[in-house]
Order: sequence, then C-alpha cells, then structure tokens
Amino acid sequence: MSNRLELADVSWRRVSPKLVWVELASAAVVLLVLLAIGTGMWLLKLWVPLAIVGVLAVGSIVQLAIIPRRVRSIGYQLRDDDLLFRRGIMWQRFVAVPYGRMQLIDINRGPVARVLGLSELKFVTAAAAAGVTLPGLTAADADELRDRLVALAESRRAGL
Amino acid sequence: MSELAPRESAAVPPEVPPAVAALTDGQWHRLHPASPLLRGGIVLIAILGAVIANLRERLLSIFIPRFDEGGDPIDYVLNNGFVLQALLVVFVVLLVLIAGFYLSWRMHSFRITNEVVEERSGILFRTNRKARLDRIQGINIVRPFFARLFGAAKLEINQAGQNGNLQLSYLGSRAADDLRREILRLASGTHAAAVTSDPAVAQGFVDRRVGELLAPELDPGLAEPESVVKIHLGRLFGSIILSEGTVILVLALVGGGIWIATTGEYYALLFALPSLFGVGSVYLRRFTKALRYTIAGTPDGVRVGFGLLSTSNETLPPGRIHSVQVRQSLLWRPAGWWEVRVNVASHSSNKGAAGQANTTILPVGNFEEAARVVALVLPGFTLPNFLAVGPDDGFTNSPRRAVWLRPFSWRRNGFATAPDWLLLRRGAIWRQLVIVPQPRLQSVAITQGPVLRLLGLAGIHLHTVAGPIRAELGAIDRDAALAFFGSVARAAVDSAQRDTSHRWRAGELPGGSPA
Repeated sequence: MSNRLELADVSWRRVSPKLVWVELASAAVVLLVLLAIGTGMWLLKLWVPLAIVGVLAVGSIVQLAIIPRRVRSIGYQLRDDDLLFRRGIMWQRFVAVPYGRMQLIDINRGPVARVLGLSELKFVTAAAAAGVTLPGLTAADADELRDRLVALAESRRAGL
Repeated sequence: MSELAPRESAAVPPEVPPAVAALTDGQWHRLHPASPLLRGGIVLIAILGAVIANLRERLLSIFIPRFDEGGDPIDYVLNNGFVLQALLVVFVVLLVLIAGFYLSWRMHSFRITNEVVEERSGILFRTNRKARLDRIQGINIVRPFFARLFGAAKLEINQAGQNGNLQLSYLGSRAADDLRREILRLASGTHAAAVTSDPAVAQGFVDRRVGELLAPELDPGLAEPESVVKIHLGRLFGSIILSEGTVILVLALVGGGIWIATTGEYYALLFALPSLFGVGSVYLRRFTKALRYTIAGTPDGVRVGFGLLSTSNETLPPGRIHSVQVRQSLLWRPAGWWEVRVNVASHSSNKGAAGQANTTILPVGNFEEAARVVALVLPGFTLPNFLAVGPDDGFTNSPRRAVWLRPFSWRRNGFATAPDWLLLRRGAIWRQLVIVPQPRLQSVAITQGPVLRLLGLAGIHLHTVAGPIRAELGAIDRDAALAFFGSVARAAVDSAQRDTSHRWRAGELPGGSPA
C-alpha cells in the first residue's frame, strides 16, 4: 500500500475513541429504519423493493463494522501557521487551512455526543468546500481548541 | 498621476465637485427625490388602477349596498349628489400615498465616512446597514431604462456573503458616478488627490437627459482606452448561437419534426410555436444585454459595463477576484473564442452580460483578448500559452497511467505554480485554465479514493469562495500532488501575510506617486 497518501513528519492528534459510540448510534438508527421498512415490504410481499432495502441494510452493516477504523483515521495537527486535518481510509482527505482564513468556529453537540461529553468543532472559512470538521473532542478540549484557534487567527488576520 | 501638483489638503481634495464633497462629508444624506416612485411606486399605482378598473362594480356594491349594479359609478355619484364626497375620498387616498412616499424617502438616508458606508431606512421597521470600506468587494451602478429617463441610477455596494449588499437606490446619475469614485478613493487608503473628469455638461434639462442617455458607460477620464475589449456584433451573435443549448434545441426540433411527420399530429405545432417564441426571446435578451460591452482598467480596479437600454457597470477593486477561469467549448474551438469567468465573494443582485451570471467577465473574445482581460483582473499576471502540450510545457501533467481516468486529457491535465499564482489546466474537449491568486486561497486539500490509489494517483482541490469555478484537479501523480500540497500550504500562509490589497493604494502619497 505504498500508494496511500502520507505526510512526512506530522504527528497527528487523534480524536476521542468514544466517538465510535456516537457514530455507531447514528448508523444503528439508519439500520433500524431500514429494517422497519424491510419488514413492511416483506409483509406486503413487495419483493423488488425488499431486495433494494436488503442491499442498503447490508451496506450499513458493513459501515458499522468499519466505524472504529474510520474514527481512528481522523486526525489533526496545529502547525505554526495552519491547521492540518485528515480523515478517511478508503477515501483519504487531507486539508491545510491557514489560521488567518478563519471566519468563525462552530461547536455542535448532538444528543449522544452530549451524553458521552463530546463536542464537534467546525472551522468555517469563506470557502464552503473546505469542510474542516473535527468530531469527537471532549467538551473541555473543544472549548480550549476554539479559544486557541481564535487567538491564532487574530494574530494572523488576513482579508478575504 | 504624476502631472498632478501636490495639494494643500489631502483630506478634501479641491477637485471634487461640490455636490460630491457634500455627499462624502460623513453627514446623513437623502436619496434622489423620485426614488420611491422608481422603486416600485409606479408599479403599485398601475396594479391598483388595474384592480379598480376590473372590480369597480363589485367593490362599490360591497361598500354601498344600495348601489345599482350594472350602472356607471360616475353616473351614480352624479345622480345622488355625492360629488363632494367622492372627490374627498380620491383626495384622501392620493394624500396618503404621497405622504407614504414622502415619509419613506425622508426616513431613508445614508452617510459615507472614512471607515464605513451606512444606510438607514424604513418607516415602521427601521433597518440600519453598514459596509466597511476596506471590505467592499465591488461597486455596481445600475441604470434601469425607466430610471435613466429620470436621470437616476442605483448604486450597489457589494460585500461578501449571500445578502450582504448595500443598495442606494436611487441617486442622481452624475452623483452616482462621482460617489463611486469617492468611495473607492476612500476605500483604497490612498492619500493622493482624486482625479476628476469634467466633461462639458450640457445646459438645460432636456439636453442634459439626452446627454446622459447617450454617454458611454465608462468615464473617459478614467478608462485606459487601449485596454478595452470590443465585442463585434457578429462574434456576439455567433457565440450565443454556438452554445450547447442550441445543439439541444436543434436536436429537439429535428426530433419533434420527425415525430410530427410520422404520426401526422400536426396540432402539436400549435403548442410548439409559443415555446419557440419563448426561446427566441431568451436569445434576443442575451444579445441585447451584451451589447455595448466594455471592460477597462482604472486605478481602482476593473470596470465592466454593458447594456443598451438598461445599463450596468461594475467596478471590482484589486484583490477582490478569488479565481479566474479561461475556457473554451468544443463548438467555439474552430472560431478560437474564449470565455473568462471569475469567482468573487459578493453576489450582485443584477444579472451580468449576456444574461449570464455576472461572474462571466468576458462573454466572448479571442485568445489575445482573453489574455488582456486576465491581465486586467489579475494585475501582474500574463496568461501563458497553455495550449501547448509536451514535456516542457511548464505544467506538471498527469502520468501516462492516468489514461484510464482521463483518456483524452491526461496530457493536458496538470498544475503549475508561479510566485503568486496557482494554475490548474484541464480538459481536452472543454479546455480550461483556472488561475488562483495565492493571497486569495482559503485552504488546500488533497484526496485519494480507491481507484486513484490503485493507479498511484491523487486529486488536489484549491478552496476559494463559492462561485462557478471549481479549482480542482484529479488524477495527478501521487508524489507530485503531495509536494504541491506541502508547498501550497506554506505559500498560502506567506502570501496572505504579504497581501495589502484591502487598502490597495495605501502606499500613495499626497503628490500622487506611489511611495
């Protein structure tokens, strides 16, 4: 697998392993909905839609199986002048955002994440496509990281 | 600029016409007195008139139960001796309308200080909007035909975001031009005195109106005439006809014709005719909107103007263009035509030339004209001849194994880096070059899916503000992409720190020469 994307001399900070449970919960909801629809189809003897729902259900079970690896693949690093972010195993994605480009920082907490004490931090720039979202930070970490990023952005402020 | 003598006072240059100095003095000012009428008052009255004309019997019978249906209301008024009351009602309605218009005009005011443009409006619900001068993304002057007759113009100050524009509608036509120049001068951070052109102003109301209607959209005192691109009528016509839409239209016509001829259902022609008229009017509108297209460089940025009856004319200050795309479709290749589009942070409420989004900065031109436009919008950049293909074409292109994913274009699918610019070239059928100025780059990403991994390739994305251009490239050699990612991430930080274009003329001294 020498063709994989790897960046030299980067020590990634990983997110909390508890994020696995958040992801599992949302995948399980999808699976339950699919099973309910499938049961309905089976009772109504609609075989073709049932097959489609079945394929979707198998797909979401596979998703469930790789969630722990997917969570482990999320990483970030605060470099001197920019934030480096990575995620994905099959579809790898690395993003580098200069701190000065920050427009605002969002912190979101879903219901399951709140129970586990996790927050999601979103780094918003003027470009909608950047999509730098750090899930699975402990609430204290997220607040601290937000304050740190805002301070860094303030010292390196650039225009649009 | 160097022929200007040093001024005693840089704050209020003496060349500014008195009317404008008054508008930019930091005090609150009102808009053109006809503004409420132009902004839709006339439409309102017309609608009201139509409603009353159509429903007058019904309306009268609601209010006056004894009213004899079918009779003329004027007869009714005369016969029953209600002349006085009727006149009173009409008078009160008129009075309320005029009072409303007057109030909305009186409550709508704006001011321009050294830092912000601020607008207050609304009678019951007050609105206050501020635009910071160093965050202005562009200033647009729009003159709808009706407003032009009144000698009025709409000044739109564009800011970043979906709904961030500040509209001063309406101002006097000359005042709008002068005001834009003054706002740009204040925003540029220059200490140099303003240059004003003073064309001979015709005497008399009618002469002045006619003069304004016929005047060119570009202020001749500011434009550099040699940089203006002219679109010939034939080329404009051809570029509108030679589009993908026309191909679909022709296919639909041929298909429909065959269907009608074989089935003999000639009544279908009745339905086809109105839609043909509709399509024709779309083509016509594109044509008329792109007439009188001009583009020129001014000290305060690029100015793009167009329109025959309703005109529009926008100034984009330097450093407000986030990416530029030069592209050509297969249909245009025999003619050698190119289109230039840009990504900007603001979203003007007005359509651009040729009825397209106003991000199309050159609707059609040959390569040399496209290069001139690119040089205007990206000062200091010269468009390379990116059509050549080969090992020394200046681009890092896809390796041969990318032929599986880019069967036609792998030889010309690549990137190049210059000190301040990033260039992405792609497409064999729809050829294009995307140029991203490094100081405008928001972030950079590198991606790889399973297929790309198998071939040892990767994709790169340059994130800029949202717009029609997507600055991304797929199927690049993995190592080259990683090197690009690393160097661009570093360069983006450096060039953003060096960038001073939010105050683009801050270095200029009162004498007018750059520091």
